[in-house]
Amino acid sequence: MSKFQFPESIKSRPVYGTLAPRPGKAHLMIADAEGAEAILELAGQQPDLMAKSHIIYIPKDTGETYTSKLKALKPAQYYEGPSYEASVQRLRHVLANAHQGLQVYLTGTEGLMGQAQNEAMQAGIPHSSIQTEHRGSVARRMQCVHCKGITEDVMHDPFQCAHCGLHLFVRDHYSRRLAAYQGVRVDAEDHGNIPDPVELYS
Amino acid sequence: MSAAPQKAKPGAEQIPVTVSAVVPLNELVTRFEFKRTDGQAFPTFSGGAHTVVTMNDDGRTRLNPYSLMSDPSDTSMYAISVRRDDNGRGGSLFMHTRVKVGDQMTITYPVHLFSLDLRARKHLFFAGGIGITPFMAMIAQLERMNGNWELHYSVRTEALGSYVDELRYKFPNKVHVYYDDQNQAIPLEDLLDGQPLGANAYVCGPKGMIDWVHATAEAAGWPDAQVHSEEFLAPAPGKPFEVRLCKSDMTVQVGENESLLEAIERAGVEAPFLCRGGACGQCETDVVAYDGDFIHRDHWLDEEQHADGSKIMPCVSRFVGKSLELDR
Amino acid sequence: MTIQFNEETFRDDYSFYNSDWAIKRFPFPFHEDSYMYSVNMEQHRGGPEGSVYEMRFDVDEHYVSEMKDRAMVLADDPLRCQSLPHMTLAGWDLLELIMVSKSEDYPDLFELHRDGDHWRWINKPLGIDDTFTFLDETTLPYGPMEYITRQAQGDFCVLDQRDEMLWMDAGMVTTQADWSLDFDIGMNFFEWHAPVPLAHEMGIFKRALKFLLNIQQGAPARRLNWTMTVNPLLDTSPENYHKWGIQKTTLTPENIGAKQHLRVELQTFFRLPRSNALVFPIRCYLISFQDLVTVPKWGRRLHRVVRDLPVELATYKGFIDNRPLMLDYLGKFDDGQPTSPGVFPDLDTEPPLGNAS
Repeated sequence: MSKFQFPESIKSRPVYGTLAPRPGKAHLMIADAEGAEAILELAGQQPDLMAKSHIIYIPKDTGETYTSKLKALKPAQYYEGPSYEASVQRLRHVLANAHQGLQVYLTGTEGLMGQAQNEAMQAGIPHSSIQTEHRGSVARRMQCVHCKGITEDVMHDPFQCAHCGLHLFVRDHYSRRLAAYQGVRVDAEDHGNIPDPVELYS
Repeated sequence: MSAAPQKAKPGAEQIPVTVSAVVPLNELVTRFEFKRTDGQAFPTFSGGAHTVVTMNDDGRTRLNPYSLMSDPSDTSMYAISVRRDDNGRGGSLFMHTRVKVGDQMTITYPVHLFSLDLRARKHLFFAGGIGITPFMAMIAQLERMNGNWELHYSVRTEALGSYVDELRYKFPNKVHVYYDDQNQAIPLEDLLDGQPLGANAYVCGPKGMIDWVHATAEAAGWPDAQVHSEEFLAPAPGKPFEVRLCKSDMTVQVGENESLLEAIERAGVEAPFLCRGGACGQCETDVVAYDGDFIHRDHWLDEEQHADGSKIMPCVSRFVGKSLELDR
Repeated sequence: MTIQFNEETFRDDYSFYNSDWAIKRFPFPFHEDSYMYSVNMEQHRGGPEGSVYEMRFDVDEHYVSEMKDRAMVLADDPLRCQSLPHMTLAGWDLLELIMVSKSEDYPDLFELHRDGDHWRWINKPLGIDDTFTFLDETTLPYGPMEYITRQAQGDFCVLDQRDEMLWMDAGMVTTQADWSLDFDIGMNFFEWHAPVPLAHEMGIFKRALKFLLNIQQGAPARRLNWTMTVNPLLDTSPENYHKWGIQKTTLTPENIGAKQHLRVELQTFFRLPRSNALVFPIRCYLISFQDLVTVPKWGRRLHRVVRDLPVELATYKGFIDNRPLMLDYLGKFDDGQPTSPGVFPDLDTEPPLGNAS
């Protein structure tokens, strides 16, 4: 099991749930890495969902661990991609051609869920009806509020912006639109005084 | 802050108006048109808004909400359509039988409780009977914005089809009418199927129709946030009952044909309110004590609150029993 | 009404100054000798003559220079003004509201001529004379919200109202107290206020939201908010915090009177008719400590407020490190005498400074 209990935080910090089958004409599931476990559990709750489902899966470091099990679910469509970025074109196409009645299920890392959720919102689905379940890594997507660049897979606070090089502290303030948490210069009031990085949630 | 405090009167801002037209459309529905008594332009509004009309019925004051059906960009006049309800409290009857061209009345600034979601890729309107009125204004507004909309309008009979001719003439490809007496029903499931992602549905009509649209949409997987409804609850009459107003230290008899809120106002007690239709929450009143049963008719309190007798919405709800004490 | 417009800067050499008139009408936010959050809303229906509360959109001596500063901020970072696509109609509502209000309240400075949808807007202080078609974006140099807010002091948040909630779906934000429109756009009322300490637990935002959802056409409201800024810097944005943060460390006992500023936001709330949106203008007023203490009551009161403010609030408002310096300075202007209730200077009744206690 790879479910992490996120500590309670401010109101803009996303809170994830547990995937459950919902009535709908079509079902779109997007997952990365250990998110596959949640898809398997979802299918277990209602196997006939799979005949109307399209699964987009990015294994990342989990390699072959889940792929045969997912295929065995026999979804109507199954795609396995090397990265989220590579799958975006497909995702956008599916959403552009979808109709009202499409149910969306997102599971895996916060970064994947946030970005996929944003695509679905752009296509006209309210975020409140998009289901999410966190699995696997607790690394964050961080936006540097100064240069606007996004740094992926952040696990330490403070961290260094991958674009402008400033050292930033990690805030829980989160933007759905950007699918990222906010990073702010940690030594703005005392240039050069950068605390030792501490692992998130430790 | 105490910068320049001003006590707010309950309800929305008032506008003195003169009745400029009374147009019976059919046996049940009459349209009323108003111009501002001071000759100025009305405020524009968002389609779906309503106004609260004050009626002075031989000393008894009634306030009823009616959807504004006029084109929001025509600020020279406001129009409402009223369906006569002989079993009601008397408000619609008053409008139909006592209001004439030239009469001075008071209505409010528009109150917005039923709005278009401007992010929608398409607007699907479902109207039942007099529920057509808010859609008339919404359609006028969307037409100016080149909006994508469709109307499905259910009426009892051809004779009672208010505005059907006008709508079909102006928008032959977007308006679909269904006659009850010819066993025509809105093919709801089919209509909801195949709509583009981001389409929104709006329903205004009797409770049964509203519940049906919500349930059908949910079963088809539509997000709840994309199905909007408005049901105007005219406060229904009921058995008279007594209420004690604790703060004002008085006891009031609520008559058969007045709402609890109207009775409180008649007693000279100023109570907050806005929509007069059980939807906005402004008149929420705490119950101090009670011995009896509540008849909750509002859309504001949740199930728990309806059950635990802690609050009541006096604009539409009533009470039956031995005693009722309110925090007013 | 004739206003002498200052030529001043809010950055670099900071030549900003307040005239005596501006000092006396400054929106001092504290009506008692302590401060805690409250839903301190009241009707926005005029105020004492000459006060900042009198007009719908107050125009003062800083108008021209503030608009110049705004133009510089936007040239540097266009993301400070954004409008999600469905909010264009609200932008037109706002344009109409500001043009009608200003032309009626300041007829010597602004004129609006309307012939159906053909409008002509004259803004004398900024030298603007534009003719355009209302509701047709192609006839304006910018979108309607950007066009008019480039000519109105203070920030503007335009909130969509959906699902019993308010959404920050458009805004012009260049004079903010440390929050980012680009980050927060699209958030709802509770989400964008998430970083504010203590207030959520106190239920402040739940009550405020209920009030705001019910603001009706023709019945605007207002409240005051406040914070502290070192130097009269309007653009205290998170985007530029990596540059201005360090200015907080430049205070000394000698310069604090001139450099430390009380920053007050006059927030107003207007319902917009065609879009049913809510516009939330945030008008920013700055006053240096040394100017503020020329009003004896304010000097006494500010000392007490800053002294007794809970640590969480002083931290969130960004001045916890400078608090000791501030108290050393303000203490000199607090002689322990009682202060009258309310925010106004009450110069006729409040005694001048005695010996500091």
